[in-house]
Amino acid sequence: MALAELANVAYAYPPLAPGLPSPVVLRDVSLRVEAGEFVALMGRTGAGKSTLCMCLNGVVPQSTGGRLTGAISVLGHDPRQVPTARLAREVALVYQDAECQLIMPTVEEEVAFGPGNLGIDRAEIAERVAWALRLVGIEELCHRPPSQLSGGQMQRVAIAANLAMLPRLLILDEPFAGLDPAGRRQVANAICRLRAEREIAVLLATTNAEIAAETADRIAILDDGCIALDSPPADAFAHTEIIAKTGVGRPSVTELAAALNRELGTAYAWTTLPQARDDLERLLLPGRPA
Amino acid sequence: MSQYAIEIRGLSHDYEPLHPAVHDVTLSLRQGTWVAICGQNGAGKTTMVKHLNGLLKPTSGAVMVDGLDTRQASVAELARHVGFVFQNPDHQIFCATCREEISFGPRNLGEPDKVIHARTEEALAWFDLVPYAEHPPALLSYGQRRLVALAAVLAMQPSILVLDEPTVGLDAASAEGLLQRIQDIHRRGCTIVLVTHDIALAARYAQEMVIMAQGRVLLHDRTRPVLAQPEILQRADLEPPQITHLCQSLSHLGLPKDATTVQEAAKAILAQLRRLP
Repeated sequence: MALAELANVAYAYPPLAPGLPSPVVLRDVSLRVEAGEFVALMGRTGAGKSTLCMCLNGVVPQSTGGRLTGAISVLGHDPRQVPTARLAREVALVYQDAECQLIMPTVEEEVAFGPGNLGIDRAEIAERVAWALRLVGIEELCHRPPSQLSGGQMQRVAIAANLAMLPRLLILDEPFAGLDPAGRRQVANAICRLRAEREIAVLLATTNAEIAAETADRIAILDDGCIALDSPPADAFAHTEIIAKTGVGRPSVTELAAALNRELGTAYAWTTLPQARDDLERLLLPGRPA
Repeated sequence: MSQYAIEIRGLSHDYEPLHPAVHDVTLSLRQGTWVAICGQNGAGKTTMVKHLNGLLKPTSGAVMVDGLDTRQASVAELARHVGFVFQNPDHQIFCATCREEISFGPRNLGEPDKVIHARTEEALAWFDLVPYAEHPPALLSYGQRRLVALAAVLAMQPSILVLDEPTVGLDAASAEGLLQRIQDIHRRGCTIVLVTHDIALAARYAQEMVIMAQGRVLLHDRTRPVLAQPEILQRADLEPPQITHLCQSLSHLGLPKDATTVQEAAKAILAQLRRLP
Protein backbone atom coordinates (compact mmCIF):
# COMPACT_ATOMS: atom_id res chain seq x y z
CA MET A 1 0.00 0.00 0.00
CA ALA A 2 1.24 3.48 -0.79
CA LEU A 3 2.28 5.64 2.14
CA ALA A 4 -0.13 8.32 0.96
CA GLU A 5 -2.72 7.94 -1.72
CA LEU A 6 -5.46 10.15 -3.12
CA ALA A 7 -8.04 8.79 -5.53
CA ASN A 8 -10.51 11.05 -7.34
CA VAL A 9 -10.29 13.69 -4.65
CA ALA A 10 -12.40 16.82 -5.04
CA TYR A 11 -12.54 19.74 -2.67
CA ALA A 12 -14.43 23.01 -2.47
CA TYR A 13 -13.82 25.65 0.22
CA PRO A 14 -16.91 26.94 2.02
CA PRO A 15 -18.57 29.89 0.25
CA LEU A 16 -17.02 33.31 0.96
CA ALA A 17 -20.41 34.56 2.12
CA PRO A 18 -23.86 32.98 2.39
CA GLY A 19 -25.39 32.74 -1.05
CA LEU A 20 -22.04 32.82 -2.92
CA PRO A 21 -20.79 29.70 -4.71
CA SER A 22 -18.19 27.44 -3.05
CA PRO A 23 -14.75 27.93 -4.64
CA VAL A 24 -13.80 24.57 -6.16
CA VAL A 25 -10.04 24.05 -5.89
CA LEU A 26 -9.55 20.33 -6.50
CA ARG A 27 -11.72 18.56 -9.08
CA ASP A 28 -10.30 15.11 -9.60
CA VAL A 29 -6.91 14.47 -8.04
CA SER A 30 -5.30 11.05 -7.94
CA LEU A 31 -1.76 10.79 -6.60
CA ARG A 32 0.38 8.16 -4.85
CA VAL A 33 3.45 8.71 -2.71
CA GLU A 34 5.41 5.61 -1.68
CA ALA A 35 7.66 5.28 1.37
CA GLY A 36 11.07 6.78 0.65
CA GLU A 37 9.82 8.60 -2.42
CA PHE A 38 10.35 12.28 -3.22
CA VAL A 39 7.54 13.85 -5.24
CA ALA A 40 7.53 17.47 -6.40
CA LEU A 41 4.12 19.07 -6.75
CA MET A 42 4.15 21.88 -9.29
CA GLY A 43 1.53 24.15 -10.83
CA ARG A 44 0.72 27.80 -11.21
CA THR A 45 -0.05 30.20 -8.37
CA GLY A 46 -3.57 29.41 -7.13
CA ALA A 47 -3.59 25.92 -8.69
CA GLY A 48 -4.38 24.35 -5.31
CA LYS A 49 -0.93 23.05 -4.28
CA SER A 50 -1.26 24.29 -0.70
CA THR A 51 -4.83 22.98 -0.46
CA LEU A 52 -3.69 19.55 -1.62
CA CYS A 53 -0.89 19.57 0.99
CA MET A 54 -3.41 20.36 3.71
CA CYS A 55 -5.67 17.49 2.61
CA LEU A 56 -2.89 15.13 3.67
CA ASN A 57 -2.61 16.32 7.27
CA GLY A 58 -6.34 16.76 7.77
CA VAL A 59 -6.32 20.55 8.14
CA VAL A 60 -8.50 20.44 5.01
CA PRO A 61 -11.36 19.95 5.75
CA GLN A 62 -11.13 19.64 9.56
CA SER A 63 -10.13 23.27 10.16
CA THR A 64 -11.18 24.86 6.89
CA GLY A 65 -14.64 23.32 6.45
CA GLY A 66 -15.88 22.81 2.92
CA ARG A 67 -16.62 19.62 1.03
CA LEU A 68 -13.94 16.98 0.49
CA THR A 69 -14.87 13.86 -1.50
CA GLY A 70 -12.96 10.90 -2.89
CA ALA A 71 -10.61 8.45 -1.19
CA ILE A 72 -7.61 9.59 0.86
CA SER A 73 -5.31 7.33 2.78
CA VAL A 74 -2.30 8.60 4.69
CA LEU A 75 -0.31 5.95 6.56
CA GLY A 76 -3.46 3.87 6.60
CA HIS A 77 -5.67 6.63 8.00
CA ASP A 78 -8.37 8.66 6.36
CA PRO A 79 -7.35 12.22 7.40
CA ARG A 80 -11.06 13.11 7.66
CA GLN A 81 -11.65 10.45 10.31
CA VAL A 82 -8.60 10.93 12.55
CA PRO A 83 -7.92 13.99 14.73
CA THR A 84 -5.24 16.23 13.15
CA ALA A 85 -3.23 15.92 16.37
CA ARG A 86 -3.01 12.17 15.83
CA LEU A 87 -1.86 12.61 12.21
CA ALA A 88 0.72 15.17 13.33
CA ARG A 89 2.68 12.32 14.93
CA GLU A 90 3.56 11.01 11.50
CA VAL A 91 2.76 13.74 9.01
CA ALA A 92 4.63 17.04 9.17
CA LEU A 93 3.71 20.06 7.08
CA VAL A 94 5.99 23.08 6.72
CA TYR A 95 3.66 25.85 5.67
CA GLN A 96 4.53 28.38 3.03
CA ASP A 97 4.33 31.25 5.48
CA ALA A 98 6.88 30.09 8.05
CA GLU A 99 6.16 33.02 10.31
CA CYS A 100 2.58 31.92 10.94
CA GLN A 101 3.69 28.69 12.55
CA LEU A 102 6.30 30.12 14.93
CA ILE A 103 4.88 30.73 18.39
CA MET A 104 7.57 30.22 21.03
CA PRO A 105 9.91 32.82 22.58
CA THR A 106 13.15 31.19 21.40
CA VAL A 107 14.24 29.06 18.47
CA GLU A 108 15.19 26.22 20.78
CA GLU A 109 11.76 26.14 22.46
CA GLU A 110 10.10 26.41 19.07
CA VAL A 111 11.81 23.28 17.81
CA ALA A 112 11.18 21.48 21.13
CA PHE A 113 7.47 22.32 21.05
CA GLY A 114 6.33 19.53 18.71
CA PRO A 115 8.23 16.64 20.34
CA GLY A 116 7.22 18.05 23.75
CA ASN A 117 3.60 17.68 22.75
CA LEU A 118 4.19 14.08 21.78
CA GLY A 119 5.14 13.43 25.43
CA ILE A 120 8.72 12.51 24.63
CA ASP A 121 11.19 12.66 27.51
CA ARG A 122 13.37 15.71 27.99
CA ALA A 123 16.70 14.16 27.16
CA GLU A 124 15.46 12.91 23.83
CA ILE A 125 13.80 16.24 23.04
CA ALA A 126 17.10 18.04 23.67
CA GLU A 127 18.83 15.56 21.39
CA ARG A 128 16.27 16.00 18.62
CA VAL A 129 16.42 19.80 18.89
CA ALA A 130 20.19 19.87 18.59
CA TRP A 131 20.05 17.43 15.69
CA ALA A 132 17.36 19.33 13.77
CA LEU A 133 19.04 22.72 14.25
CA ARG A 134 22.32 21.26 13.03
CA LEU A 135 20.63 19.72 9.99
CA VAL A 136 19.32 23.06 8.78
CA GLY A 137 22.42 24.95 9.89
CA ILE A 138 21.05 27.31 12.54
CA GLU A 139 22.60 26.02 15.80
CA GLU A 140 23.92 29.50 16.54
CA LEU A 141 20.41 30.98 16.51
CA CYS A 142 19.05 28.66 19.21
CA HIS A 143 18.57 31.32 21.90
CA ARG A 144 17.25 34.06 19.60
CA PRO A 145 13.54 34.95 19.40
CA PRO A 146 12.18 33.71 16.03
CA SER A 147 10.41 37.05 15.54
CA GLN A 148 13.78 38.81 15.25
CA LEU A 149 15.13 36.54 12.54
CA SER A 150 15.17 37.19 8.82
CA GLY A 151 12.52 35.60 6.58
CA GLY A 152 14.87 32.84 5.41
CA GLN A 153 16.06 32.09 8.93
CA MET A 154 12.46 31.76 10.13
CA GLN A 155 11.85 29.32 7.33
CA ARG A 156 14.73 27.18 8.56
CA VAL A 157 13.33 27.25 12.09
CA ALA A 158 9.98 26.01 10.78
CA ILE A 159 11.69 23.22 8.86
CA ALA A 160 13.76 22.21 11.91
CA ALA A 161 10.63 22.18 14.09
CA ASN A 162 8.97 19.78 11.67
CA LEU A 163 12.04 17.56 11.32
CA ALA A 164 12.22 17.23 15.11
CA MET A 165 8.88 15.40 14.95
CA LEU A 166 10.62 12.63 12.96
CA PRO A 167 7.68 12.37 10.55
CA ARG A 168 7.17 9.51 8.08
CA LEU A 169 5.62 11.89 5.57
CA LEU A 170 7.22 15.32 5.28
CA ILE A 171 5.22 17.86 3.30
CA LEU A 172 6.97 21.08 2.38
CA ASP A 173 4.97 23.92 0.88
CA GLU A 174 7.39 26.10 -1.10
CA PRO A 175 10.02 25.82 1.65
CA PHE A 176 13.03 26.84 -0.39
CA ALA A 177 11.50 30.00 -1.75
CA GLY A 178 12.85 32.26 0.96
CA LEU A 179 16.16 30.44 1.39
CA ASP A 180 19.46 31.54 -0.08
CA PRO A 181 21.20 29.00 -2.34
CA ALA A 182 23.54 27.79 0.41
CA GLY A 183 20.63 27.29 2.80
CA ARG A 184 18.62 25.62 0.09
CA ARG A 185 21.38 23.16 -0.67
CA GLN A 186 21.90 22.48 3.02
CA VAL A 187 18.20 21.86 3.69
CA ALA A 188 17.73 19.84 0.49
CA ASN A 189 20.74 17.66 1.37
CA ALA A 190 19.44 17.17 4.89
CA ILE A 191 16.06 16.08 3.55
CA CYS A 192 17.62 13.72 1.01
CA ARG A 193 19.77 12.19 3.75
CA LEU A 194 16.78 11.70 6.03
CA ARG A 195 14.90 10.13 3.23
CA ALA A 196 17.65 7.60 2.64
CA GLU A 197 18.22 6.87 6.35
CA ARG A 198 14.62 6.69 7.51
CA GLU A 199 12.69 5.99 4.34
CA ILE A 200 10.58 9.08 4.88
CA ALA A 201 8.43 10.18 1.98
CA VAL A 202 8.61 13.80 0.86
CA LEU A 203 6.03 15.87 -0.96
CA LEU A 204 7.46 19.20 -2.05
CA ALA A 205 5.17 21.89 -3.43
CA THR A 206 7.32 24.22 -5.46
CA THR A 207 7.29 26.54 -8.44
CA ASN A 208 11.06 26.19 -8.90
CA ALA A 209 11.71 23.80 -11.80
CA GLU A 210 15.45 23.61 -11.15
CA ILE A 211 14.98 22.46 -7.55
CA ALA A 212 12.25 20.01 -8.56
CA ALA A 213 14.52 18.52 -11.23
CA GLU A 214 17.43 18.16 -8.81
CA THR A 215 15.56 16.63 -5.90
CA ALA A 216 12.44 14.78 -7.01
CA ASP A 217 11.88 11.24 -8.26
CA ARG A 218 8.66 12.38 -9.85
CA ILE A 219 7.03 15.65 -10.79
CA ALA A 220 3.27 15.95 -10.48
CA ILE A 221 1.70 19.02 -12.07
CA LEU A 222 -1.57 20.32 -10.71
CA ASP A 223 -3.70 22.26 -13.18
CA ASP A 224 -7.36 23.19 -13.18
CA GLY A 225 -7.95 20.97 -10.14
CA CYS A 226 -6.49 17.81 -11.72
CA ILE A 227 -3.07 16.19 -12.00
CA ALA A 228 -2.11 17.11 -15.57
CA LEU A 229 1.13 15.15 -15.55
CA ASP A 230 2.93 12.76 -13.19
CA SER A 231 6.30 11.41 -14.30
CA PRO A 232 10.07 11.50 -13.66
CA PRO A 233 11.70 14.92 -14.28
CA ALA A 234 13.28 14.16 -17.67
CA ASP A 235 9.99 12.88 -18.98
CA ALA A 236 7.90 15.61 -17.35
CA PHE A 237 9.94 18.50 -18.76
CA ALA A 238 9.83 16.92 -22.22
CA HIS A 239 6.06 17.52 -22.34
CA THR A 240 6.50 21.06 -23.65
CA GLU A 241 2.81 21.65 -24.32
CA ILE A 242 1.63 20.66 -20.85
CA ILE A 243 4.53 22.56 -19.30
CA ALA A 244 3.54 25.72 -21.18
CA LYS A 245 -0.19 25.29 -20.54
CA THR A 246 0.25 24.81 -16.79
CA GLY A 247 2.53 27.81 -16.26
CA VAL A 248 5.37 25.65 -14.95
CA GLY A 249 8.86 26.67 -16.05
CA ARG A 250 11.64 24.37 -17.19
CA PRO A 251 15.20 24.32 -15.85
CA SER A 252 17.41 26.58 -18.00
CA VAL A 253 19.60 23.60 -18.94
CA THR A 254 16.49 21.92 -20.38
CA GLU A 255 15.84 25.05 -22.47
CA LEU A 256 19.47 25.03 -23.55
CA ALA A 257 19.24 21.38 -24.58
CA ALA A 258 16.19 22.21 -26.72
CA ALA A 259 17.99 25.15 -28.37
CA LEU A 260 21.03 22.99 -29.18
CA ASN A 261 18.91 20.09 -30.40
CA ARG A 262 17.26 22.40 -32.93
CA GLU A 263 20.65 23.51 -34.28
CA LEU A 264 22.62 20.28 -34.05
CA GLY A 265 19.96 17.61 -34.48
CA THR A 266 21.06 16.12 -31.15
CA ALA A 267 18.72 14.59 -28.55
CA TYR A 268 19.94 16.13 -25.30
CA ALA A 269 17.41 15.96 -22.46
CA TRP A 270 19.13 17.65 -19.53
CA THR A 271 17.26 18.55 -16.38
CA THR A 272 20.24 19.19 -14.09
CA LEU A 273 23.51 21.07 -14.39
CA PRO A 274 25.86 18.06 -14.01
CA GLN A 275 24.12 16.26 -16.90
CA ALA A 276 24.55 19.31 -19.15
CA ARG A 277 28.16 19.84 -18.07
CA ASP A 278 29.17 16.24 -18.76
CA ASP A 279 27.63 16.16 -22.24
CA LEU A 280 28.98 19.60 -23.17
CA GLU A 281 32.45 18.67 -21.97
CA ARG A 282 32.42 15.74 -24.37
CA LEU A 283 30.98 17.89 -27.17
CA LEU A 284 33.46 20.74 -26.80
CA LEU A 285 36.61 18.80 -26.05
CA PRO A 286 39.10 19.32 -28.91
CA GLY A 287 39.90 16.11 -30.77
CA ARG A 288 36.52 14.56 -30.01
CA PRO A 289 35.51 11.78 -32.38
CA ALA A 290 33.40 13.19 -35.23
CA MET B 1 17.75 67.90 -6.93
CA SER B 2 20.45 65.29 -6.59
CA GLN B 3 20.89 62.79 -9.44
CA TYR B 4 20.61 60.14 -6.77
CA ALA B 5 17.21 58.79 -5.77
CA ILE B 6 18.75 57.15 -2.72
CA GLU B 7 21.86 58.07 -0.76
CA ILE B 8 22.93 55.93 2.15
CA ARG B 9 25.87 57.24 4.17
CA GLY B 10 27.61 55.18 6.82
CA LEU B 11 24.37 53.44 7.79
CA SER B 12 24.46 51.04 10.74
CA HIS B 13 21.49 49.44 12.42
CA ASP B 14 21.42 47.28 15.54
CA TYR B 15 18.21 45.53 16.64
CA GLU B 16 20.01 44.61 19.82
CA PRO B 17 23.51 45.43 21.03
CA LEU B 18 26.22 43.12 19.59
CA HIS B 19 23.96 42.01 16.72
CA PRO B 20 24.45 44.72 14.08
CA ALA B 21 22.16 43.78 11.19
CA VAL B 22 23.62 46.45 8.91
CA HIS B 23 27.14 47.74 9.37
CA ASP B 24 28.55 50.96 7.91
CA VAL B 25 26.85 50.84 4.52
CA THR B 26 27.44 53.63 2.01
CA LEU B 27 25.56 53.44 -1.25
CA SER B 28 24.29 55.88 -3.89
CA LEU B 29 21.58 54.80 -6.30
CA ARG B 30 20.82 56.87 -9.39
CA GLN B 31 17.36 58.14 -10.23
CA GLY B 32 15.61 55.67 -12.56
CA THR B 33 18.00 52.78 -12.07
CA TRP B 34 16.98 49.19 -11.37
CA VAL B 35 19.17 47.78 -8.65
CA ALA B 36 19.11 44.29 -7.14
CA ILE B 37 20.18 43.90 -3.51
CA CYS B 38 21.48 40.35 -3.18
CA GLY B 39 22.76 38.40 -0.21
CA GLN B 40 22.21 35.34 1.92
CA ASN B 41 19.49 34.98 4.57
CA GLY B 42 20.26 37.37 7.40
CA ALA B 43 22.71 39.45 5.35
CA GLY B 44 20.84 42.64 6.26
CA LYS B 45 19.00 43.21 2.97
CA THR B 46 15.56 43.73 4.47
CA THR B 47 16.94 45.75 7.38
CA MET B 48 18.70 48.09 4.97
CA VAL B 49 15.71 48.70 2.71
CA LYS B 50 13.37 49.25 5.66
CA HIS B 51 15.34 52.49 6.14
CA LEU B 52 14.22 53.72 2.74
CA ASN B 53 10.65 54.37 3.84
CA GLY B 54 11.55 55.27 7.41
CA LEU B 55 10.22 52.07 8.99
CA LEU B 56 13.60 51.83 10.64
CA LYS B 57 15.74 54.77 11.66
CA PRO B 58 19.53 54.55 11.50
CA THR B 59 21.39 53.62 14.69
CA SER B 60 24.09 55.74 13.06
CA GLY B 61 24.61 57.25 9.63
CA ALA B 62 21.97 58.78 7.37
CA VAL B 63 19.62 57.86 4.54
CA MET B 64 18.37 60.40 1.98
CA VAL B 65 15.45 59.53 -0.27
CA ASP B 66 14.51 61.96 -3.07
CA GLY B 67 16.46 64.53 -1.06
CA LEU B 68 14.50 63.85 2.16
CA ASP B 69 16.42 62.88 5.29
CA THR B 70 14.56 59.81 6.62
CA ARG B 71 15.52 60.73 10.18
CA GLN B 72 13.32 63.82 9.92
CA ALA B 73 10.65 62.90 7.37
CA SER B 74 7.56 61.06 8.63
CA VAL B 75 6.67 57.61 7.34
CA ALA B 76 3.55 59.16 5.75
CA GLU B 77 5.64 61.75 3.91
CA LEU B 78 8.08 59.10 2.72
CA ALA B 79 5.18 56.94 1.53
CA ARG B 80 4.53 59.49 -1.24
CA HIS B 81 7.99 58.75 -2.61
CA VAL B 82 8.68 55.16 -1.71
CA GLY B 83 6.35 52.23 -2.40
CA PHE B 84 7.26 49.20 -0.34
CA VAL B 85 6.15 45.64 -1.08
CA PHE B 86 6.97 43.41 1.86
CA GLN B 87 8.31 39.88 1.72
CA ASN B 88 5.13 38.64 3.40
CA PRO B 89 2.04 40.07 1.65
CA ASP B 90 -0.05 39.46 4.76
CA HIS B 91 1.89 42.19 6.54
CA GLN B 92 0.31 44.82 4.37
CA ILE B 93 -3.09 43.48 3.35
CA PHE B 94 -6.01 44.27 5.60
CA CYS B 95 -9.05 45.53 3.66
CA ALA B 96 -12.27 43.57 3.14
CA THR B 97 -11.97 43.38 -0.66
CA CYS B 98 -9.19 43.61 -3.21
CA ARG B 99 -10.73 46.76 -4.68
CA GLU B 100 -10.76 48.50 -1.28
CA GLU B 101 -7.22 47.31 -0.62
CA ILE B 102 -5.93 48.87 -3.80
CA SER B 103 -7.80 52.15 -3.40
CA PHE B 104 -6.67 52.53 0.21
CA GLY B 105 -3.28 54.05 -0.66
CA PRO B 106 -4.35 56.73 -3.12
CA ARG B 107 -7.29 57.62 -0.84
CA ASN B 108 -4.87 58.22 2.03
CA LEU B 109 -2.77 60.43 -0.20
CA GLY B 110 -5.91 62.59 -0.58
CA GLU B 111 -6.30 61.97 -4.31
CA PRO B 112 -9.68 62.96 -5.85
CA ASP B 113 -12.24 60.15 -6.26
CA LYS B 114 -11.85 60.11 -10.03
CA VAL B 115 -8.11 59.50 -9.76
CA ILE B 116 -8.57 56.86 -7.05
CA HIS B 117 -11.09 55.04 -9.20
CA ALA B 118 -8.97 55.20 -12.36
CA ARG B 119 -5.82 53.97 -10.64
CA THR B 120 -7.63 51.20 -8.78
CA GLU B 121 -9.27 49.84 -11.91
CA GLU B 122 -6.01 50.12 -13.84
CA ALA B 123 -4.12 48.22 -11.14
CA LEU B 124 -6.81 45.52 -10.93
CA ALA B 125 -6.67 45.03 -14.69
CA TRP B 126 -2.87 45.05 -14.81
CA PHE B 127 -2.55 42.22 -12.36
CA ASP B 128 -5.48 40.18 -13.70
CA LEU B 129 -7.33 40.77 -10.45
CA VAL B 130 -10.61 42.01 -11.94
CA PRO B 131 -12.38 38.67 -11.26
CA TYR B 132 -11.32 38.97 -7.61
CA ALA B 133 -12.08 42.68 -7.15
CA GLU B 134 -14.85 42.01 -4.64
CA HIS B 135 -13.16 39.01 -2.98
CA PRO B 136 -11.52 39.26 0.44
CA PRO B 137 -7.75 39.17 -0.28
CA ALA B 138 -7.29 36.83 2.67
CA LEU B 139 -9.02 34.06 0.74
CA LEU B 140 -6.80 34.30 -2.33
CA SER B 141 -3.69 32.17 -2.75
CA TYR B 142 -0.37 33.40 -1.36
CA GLY B 143 0.86 34.30 -4.84
CA GLN B 144 -2.32 36.17 -5.64
CA ARG B 145 -2.14 38.06 -2.33
CA ARG B 146 1.33 39.15 -3.37
CA LEU B 147 -0.11 40.61 -6.56
CA VAL B 148 -2.74 42.46 -4.52
CA ALA B 149 -0.03 43.94 -2.30
CA LEU B 150 1.95 45.09 -5.33
CA ALA B 151 -1.13 46.50 -7.07
CA ALA B 152 -1.99 48.46 -3.92
CA VAL B 153 1.48 49.96 -3.73
CA LEU B 154 1.57 50.86 -7.41
CA ALA B 155 -1.76 52.66 -7.19
CA MET B 156 0.13 55.25 -5.10
CA GLN B 157 2.47 55.90 -8.06
CA PRO B 158 5.69 56.07 -6.04
CA SER B 159 8.91 57.35 -7.63
CA ILE B 160 10.88 54.58 -5.88
CA LEU B 161 9.58 51.04 -5.65
CA VAL B 162 11.13 48.67 -3.11
CA LEU B 163 10.30 44.99 -3.63
CA ASP B 164 11.39 42.49 -1.00
CA GLU B 165 11.61 39.01 -2.60
CA PRO B 166 8.59 39.70 -4.84
CA THR B 167 8.57 36.43 -6.79
CA VAL B 168 8.82 34.02 -3.87
CA GLY B 169 5.86 31.67 -4.10
CA LEU B 170 4.94 32.66 -7.65
CA ASP B 171 4.93 30.19 -10.54
CA ALA B 172 7.26 30.82 -13.47
CA ALA B 173 4.57 32.42 -15.64
CA SER B 174 3.22 34.68 -12.86
CA ALA B 175 6.74 35.69 -11.84
CA GLU B 176 7.50 36.57 -15.44
CA GLY B 177 4.24 38.51 -15.73
CA LEU B 178 5.01 40.36 -12.51
CA LEU B 179 8.47 41.33 -13.68
CA GLN B 180 7.21 42.47 -17.06
CA ARG B 181 4.91 44.86 -15.24
CA ILE B 182 7.68 46.07 -13.00
CA GLN B 183 9.70 46.64 -16.15
CA ASP B 184 6.90 48.83 -17.53
CA ILE B 185 6.91 50.82 -14.31
CA HIS B 186 10.66 51.15 -14.55
CA ARG B 187 10.35 52.48 -18.10
CA ARG B 188 8.07 55.22 -16.78
CA GLY B 189 11.07 56.42 -14.78
CA CYS B 190 10.52 54.70 -11.46
CA THR B 191 13.63 53.68 -9.49
CA ILE B 192 13.41 49.97 -8.65
CA VAL B 193 15.08 48.40 -5.62
CA LEU B 194 14.70 44.62 -5.83
CA VAL B 195 15.74 42.61 -2.78
CA THR B 196 16.42 39.01 -3.70
CA HIS B 197 18.77 36.08 -3.34
CA ASP B 198 17.67 34.87 -6.76
CA ILE B 199 20.61 35.90 -8.86
CA ALA B 200 19.00 34.55 -12.03
CA LEU B 201 16.13 36.95 -11.53
CA ALA B 202 18.45 39.84 -10.73
CA ALA B 203 20.63 39.07 -13.75
CA ARG B 204 17.72 39.24 -16.15
CA TYR B 205 16.26 42.53 -15.02
CA ALA B 206 18.55 44.60 -12.84
CA GLN B 207 21.02 47.11 -14.27
CA GLU B 208 23.10 47.16 -11.10
CA MET B 209 23.73 44.74 -8.29
CA VAL B 210 24.64 45.23 -4.66
CA ILE B 211 26.08 42.13 -3.00
CA MET B 212 25.68 42.04 0.80
CA ALA B 213 27.08 39.68 3.41
CA GLN B 214 26.95 39.94 7.18
CA GLY B 215 25.48 43.41 7.16
CA ARG B 216 28.08 44.88 4.80
CA VAL B 217 28.20 45.73 1.11
CA LEU B 218 30.81 43.56 -0.62
CA LEU B 219 30.32 44.92 -4.09
CA HIS B 220 28.19 47.44 -6.01
CA ASP B 221 28.59 47.44 -9.78
CA ARG B 222 26.74 46.89 -13.04
CA THR B 223 25.13 43.47 -13.27
CA ARG B 224 27.37 41.76 -15.79
CA PRO B 225 30.73 42.49 -14.14
CA VAL B 226 29.28 41.29 -10.83
CA LEU B 227 28.18 37.97 -12.34
CA ALA B 228 31.63 37.41 -13.81
CA GLN B 229 33.05 37.30 -10.26
CA PRO B 230 31.94 33.93 -8.91
CA GLU B 231 34.29 34.28 -5.93
CA ILE B 232 32.42 37.34 -4.63
CA LEU B 233 29.07 35.59 -5.05
CA GLN B 234 30.48 32.60 -3.22
CA ARG B 235 31.64 34.79 -0.34
CA ALA B 236 28.06 35.96 -0.02
CA ASP B 237 26.76 32.36 -0.22
CA LEU B 238 25.07 33.14 -3.53
CA GLU B 239 25.01 31.09 -6.68
CA PRO B 240 25.04 32.48 -10.20
CA PRO B 241 22.07 31.58 -12.44
CA GLN B 242 22.14 27.95 -13.63
CA ILE B 243 23.14 28.97 -17.16
CA THR B 244 25.94 31.26 -15.92
CA HIS B 245 27.11 28.54 -13.56
CA LEU B 246 27.16 25.98 -16.40
CA CYS B 247 29.18 28.24 -18.70
CA GLN B 248 31.59 29.12 -15.89
CA SER B 249 32.18 25.43 -15.20
CA LEU B 250 33.08 25.04 -18.89
CA SER B 251 35.14 28.21 -19.24
CA HIS B 252 38.25 26.07 -19.78
CA LEU B 253 36.58 24.95 -23.01
CA GLY B 254 36.05 28.51 -24.21
CA LEU B 255 32.60 29.41 -22.82
CA PRO B 256 32.11 32.95 -21.44
CA LYS B 257 31.97 33.56 -17.68
CA ASP B 258 29.16 36.11 -17.87
CA ALA B 259 26.49 34.47 -20.04
CA THR B 260 23.10 34.94 -18.41
CA THR B 261 20.58 33.69 -20.99
CA VAL B 262 19.96 30.38 -22.75
CA GLN B 263 20.35 32.17 -26.11
CA GLU B 264 23.77 33.55 -25.18
CA ALA B 265 24.94 30.16 -23.96
CA ALA B 266 23.68 28.36 -27.08
CA LYS B 267 25.35 30.95 -29.32
CA ALA B 268 28.66 30.60 -27.48
CA ILE B 269 28.52 26.79 -27.66
CA LEU B 270 27.77 26.82 -31.38
CA ALA B 271 30.55 29.36 -32.03
CA GLN B 272 32.97 27.23 -30.04
CA LEU B 273 31.96 24.11 -32.02
CA ARG B 274 32.71 25.88 -35.30
CA ARG B 275 36.16 26.73 -34.01
CA LEU B 276 36.96 23.09 -33.29
CA PRO B 277 39.05 21.30 -35.94
